[in-house]
Amino acid sequence: MTERVAVGEAILGANERLAAANRQALDQAGVFSLNLMASPGAGKTSLIERTLQALNRSLRLGVIDGDIATSLDADRAAAAGAAAVQINTGGECHLDAVMIQTALERLDLGSLDLLIVENVGNLVCPASFALGTHKNVLIASVPEGADKPHKYPGMYRGIEALVLNKTDLLPYVDFDQAFFQQGVQALNPGVVTFALSCRTGEGLSAWLGWIEAEVRQFQRTHPRPAPPRR
Amino acid sequence: MHELSVTQSLLEIALRHGQAAGAQRVTDLYLVIGEWSSIVDDSVQFYWDIVAEGTPAEGAQLHFERIPARAACGDCGHEYSPTEASLLCPGCGSSRIRLLTGDQFQLESIAIEPVTQPGTRMESE
Repeated sequence: MTERVAVGEAILGANERLAAANRQALDQAGVFSLNLMASPGAGKTSLIERTLQALNRSLRLGVIDGDIATSLDADRAAAAGAAAVQINTGGECHLDAVMIQTALERLDLGSLDLLIVENVGNLVCPASFALGTHKNVLIASVPEGADKPHKYPGMYRGIEALVLNKTDLLPYVDFDQAFFQQGVQALNPGVVTFALSCRTGEGLSAWLGWIEAEVRQFQRTHPRPAPPRR
Repeated sequence: MHELSVTQSLLEIALRHGQAAGAQRVTDLYLVIGEWSSIVDDSVQFYWDIVAEGTPAEGAQLHFERIPARAACGDCGHEYSPTEASLLCPGCGSSRIRLLTGDQFQLESIAIEPVTQPGTRMESE
C-alpha cells in the first residue's frame, strides 16, 4: 500500500540556493560579476583578453576560467592584468554554483572591481545552472549561423546581454541578421546587444563602455567595505 | 550532459520528503519536465539506478511528464507551439511572444510505503 506525497520542488533548487549565497558574497565585497557563456569557438577567450587589456588600467580585474581546453591560463590572464583562477571541471559540461563558491575562496575579493567568469563552451547546460553572477552574457558569433536563438531558446532567454562576435566575417558567410534578431527579440525582447569583432576591434568600445557603466552603477548601490586600518 | 548531478539532486529531494512523510521506501517519483529544459529521460533513468542503490529509494520508478512548449503572441493573442524552425507567431509573424509552458523542471510528487505502525503490522510477505 503506497501513498502519494506532494513535493513541488525545483530539482536544481540546491544549486540556486548556493548561487544566491555567491551573489551575496560578491555584493558584500562590492565586486560586479559577469558569466560569459558561448558555444565552443565563439570567441569567449578572445573577448576576455581584449576586455582585460582595455580595462586593466581603470578597473581591478579577476577571471574564473572554467574552460579547461582554453589557452587563457592563469599566466595569460595575469599578463593581461587580472587575478585568475582556473577551475578544473573534469569534463563537466557547465559550471555550477559549487565550483564558483570554491573559486571565490581562492580570490581576494576585496582587491577586485570586476570578476569575469568564463563558462564551459556549450549552449545548453550552462543555461540551467545559476552561478550567482550579476549578469549573464552570451557570446554568439556570425559563423555559427542565424538559427541559434531558435535552436537554443533556453540559453537566449536567460541572458542580460548579447554579444555578436566576428562581424568582420559578415561579407563572407550567409548570416541572416533579420532572422537572428527575430529569434532574439522573441525570446528576450530588448536585450542589450553588441555587434563586434575581436579581430578588428570594431564595435568593442560599446561593449567596454557598457561594462564600465555597469560596474560604476553597481558600485554606487554596493559600496565596498572600508579597508582595514593599518 | 549533466544528468548525473541532476539525478543526485533528485535523490536528495525525494529522500528528504520521503523521510519527512515517514516513508520506509520511496517507490515512485513523478517529474514534470518542460520541453525547453534540456533533460534526457533515459540518462536520468540510467543514473538513477546507480545513485539510488542502497537507499530507501532503490528501485523506485521514475515517471516523466513532458510538458510541450506553448507560447502566446503578444500582438494577435494566438497560442501555438514554437519550433526550432521558428519561434515567431505563425498567425501574424510577431516576435512579441510569451512562453506559457515548457520550462518546468520539478519533482511534483513521490509515492511512498509508510513505515508500518507497531501493533497494526501486517505480515504480508
